[in-house]
Amino acid sequence: MTLLMPRPEPAIMSRRNELIARLGAILPRESLIVDEVARRAYECDAFTMYRALPLVVTLPESVEQVRAIMALAADMNVKLVPRGAGTSLSGGSMPLEDGILLGMSKFNRILEIDYENRCARVQPGVQNLAISKAVEAQGFYYAPDPSSQIACSIGGNVAENAGGVHCLKYGLTTNNILGLDVVLMGGEFIRLGGKHLDSEGYDLIGLMTGSEGLLGVVTEVTVRLLQKPPIARGLLLGFASVAAGARCVSAIIARGVIPAGLEMMDKATIHAVERFQPCGYPLDAAALVIVELDGTQAEVDHLVAVVQDIAREEGATTIRASTSEAERLQFWAGRKNAFPAVSCIAPDYLCMDGTIPRARLPEALAGMDRLAKEQGLGVANVFHAGDGNLHPLILYDASKEGDIERAEKLGFDILRLCVSLGGVLTGEHGVGVEKRDLMGEMFTDVDLAQQMRLKCAFDPAGRLNPGKVFPTLHRCAELGMMHVSGGKMPFSDLPRF
Amino acid sequence: MHSACATLEIRDEADAVDAICAAHAKGVSCAIVGGGSKSGLGRYAPQAQALSTAALTGVTLYEPNELVLSARAATPLSEIEALLDQHGQQLAFEPMDCGRLFGAEEGGATIGGVIAVNASGPRRIKAGAARDHLLGFRCVTGRGELVKSGGRVMKNVTGYDLSKLVCGSYGTLALLTELTLKVLPKPQTECTLLAIGADEAESLALLRRATATPCEPSSLAMLPAGAALALDADAAAIRLEGPAISVMARRDDLVGRLTSDGVRFETLDEYDSKALWRGLRDAAPVAAAVGQIWRISVAPSEGFAVVERVRRAGAPVIAYFYDWAGGLIWLCLETSPDAYAAVVRSAVDAGGGHATLIRASAEARARVDVFHPQPAALAALTRRVKESFDPAHILERGRMRAEF
Repeated sequence: MTLLMPRPEPAIMSRRNELIARLGAILPRESLIVDEVARRAYECDAFTMYRALPLVVTLPESVEQVRAIMALAADMNVKLVPRGAGTSLSGGSMPLEDGILLGMSKFNRILEIDYENRCARVQPGVQNLAISKAVEAQGFYYAPDPSSQIACSIGGNVAENAGGVHCLKYGLTTNNILGLDVVLMGGEFIRLGGKHLDSEGYDLIGLMTGSEGLLGVVTEVTVRLLQKPPIARGLLLGFASVAAGARCVSAIIARGVIPAGLEMMDKATIHAVERFQPCGYPLDAAALVIVELDGTQAEVDHLVAVVQDIAREEGATTIRASTSEAERLQFWAGRKNAFPAVSCIAPDYLCMDGTIPRARLPEALAGMDRLAKEQGLGVANVFHAGDGNLHPLILYDASKEGDIERAEKLGFDILRLCVSLGGVLTGEHGVGVEKRDLMGEMFTDVDLAQQMRLKCAFDPAGRLNPGKVFPTLHRCAELGMMHVSGGKMPFSDLPRF
Repeated sequence: MHSACATLEIRDEADAVDAICAAHAKGVSCAIVGGGSKSGLGRYAPQAQALSTAALTGVTLYEPNELVLSARAATPLSEIEALLDQHGQQLAFEPMDCGRLFGAEEGGATIGGVIAVNASGPRRIKAGAARDHLLGFRCVTGRGELVKSGGRVMKNVTGYDLSKLVCGSYGTLALLTELTLKVLPKPQTECTLLAIGADEAESLALLRRATATPCEPSSLAMLPAGAALALDADAAAIRLEGPAISVMARRDDLVGRLTSDGVRFETLDEYDSKALWRGLRDAAPVAAAVGQIWRISVAPSEGFAVVERVRRAGAPVIAYFYDWAGGLIWLCLETSPDAYAAVVRSAVDAGGGHATLIRASAEARARVDVFHPQPAALAALTRRVKESFDPAHILERGRMRAEF
């Protein structure tokens, strides 16, 4: 295990009984999980490489209970880790051995659907897809659609600023929420936004979104609802090289077309998918591009013709346009199965999440190939091509001596490569614990100190989800007084955890 | 509007670091001035010195195929828009020009100022606000530290999203030096469907109905008789943008869906449509009136009730119109020392939202809360956020809130 977390504090561990007794006064018996076997169910989220047994698990069902738990945590100076559906791919809700795990799964009600103002008020534990299901009969949907949407919760989506395949056109979570109710460490309740647009002061909704559970606990979300486009059509484009596929993607956007979805996969993934569940992808292609266009019939037909022309100009070896809804879904079937398909060609895989400027894609893939060879591992690539978000899947075998370490090293090297090409460490999965120690690749100590000062504005004692996102822990008083010299903070040589 | 004070020319980021470190050490308050076109916005709060960013100009990166543009903070908005136009692209959030509002020349805005006030126009309801298009930035904080956040890629969740925070912060957190924005293709054409004949409340209901159709309107405004277009009746205006073939099909579809007794439809072609929305973007129907101007953001279904409450409470309404399907109200009231702030705010608070005093004399903007008052816990958090960037309250002291 190469990940270091803050050491469990004996002063907290020794007061566990007192903590449980006081939590018992806040929560009914069934909302408090003390037993070790039951706590094991919460020892990790979807980032399963690292696990920790939480000190105690709480499952509140009212805002009052959340406030009381957070007030108690502050009073006893105990750490607290919020958790939604536990689908984080970066360990954002990985528990702490000396921390309370605050599970929000009982906040599972849709409180109000307001069609007139095209929004819905929902509790944070509501599944992402459940919102769209609730409003589909009226022709509406909630736009962000992360691939975990049948399981992930809207509160977790806010914490991670979740994206999905449609975010090039419809935006991420941050572009689709209007209001948040938040409880701060200590139990203070704050309402941000509502059914109106934009903020009366600092955009704290924007700051909260993607803050990975380090600033506050969300107890209610007001989401925007969009009208479903009347029709969507898909195109399947095959290319003889990744560079040709990337050029086609650029050409589509250069022509002024913003598709609802614009995905790409490499040869390794195409073959894995076809072996898993054949869906007619061209096996001779080195790169496959899937384009989805939505809108009114006239517009979509027009744009399909435009994209077909572009694909021809860019030398596509396969060009297919869907003529039925069934065919469109078939085009997507392979893409949607990409992760399970890849898990059939290797015992284990590690899913990375860098973003790069799209034009650098050929360089990125060539670099990745070289790095993978160095480690003797394989990589399959799926790629949100429209917005430059790469998901390299590193293939390894956990039962093989040294493979985990090699996979982790390769993952880090790939993310460093993304940053060196002008990209970023994570496009949609979050930093969590997974990419925490790489933050210095993108940010200076000064940049990180400013972000940590913001955390201090919300959580001065540093007790909410510590050990995530930032590679070093500091007391807020120290951050407040520190000053820069030559771009380095005075603590730059402090050990990391 | 500027009171006489020393002006420091900021030539580069190093200058900004030096100037703000010095100001921080001595607690000297600083105005941040780019083009100066927005100096009438915010609380009236004279500063001890001005930091002029006017020299920080120039587009530093533009890759049309990647939909990204970076520019130094004082690059004129007009220069950026002209460059984008050459490539058939635009800033989709449609930032307003404050010229008409303040009786100044148009075209004075800089990109830094646009971001600092989160300026967003009629298309905001569909395309998002400035805050939805800022991908990353560089700045010097009130501690005199050069900080960057975000990046140049569309999708990025690495670290806190400080881009959202600096949008609409009115220079109170940091001096922005360089901004990276998402840009988008311009629609091929546009038209505007006017529905004339319904009364105000019905026209607003019609706009909300239009937002619930798949016709993808990009802007929806309600224009009371006389507000614009020399119309002598109330009108609902709906903008449709996209490929020509789609715009016409959607217009016809929309007419079919919205048809009701006593409502007649007219269509403005691309030229007239553009002129209408440019005017509404710049608040033309209220800008020309003499009085104090409020900009009010509420749930679309609340818009009409808010104006009714203001009227019933006796505040003399001179001119007004609704944008964002009723969710944005531009309201011009007769001038009064307190700008009828209590009346306007209680009208808004009844249903949730906020009201900002956009145009009023320095005296009024010193006396009245220009930005909507916040509950105690939120106000305290806001102050801690401010102090995390600017502990000595030196940047634009008092511009947003009296307490900092």
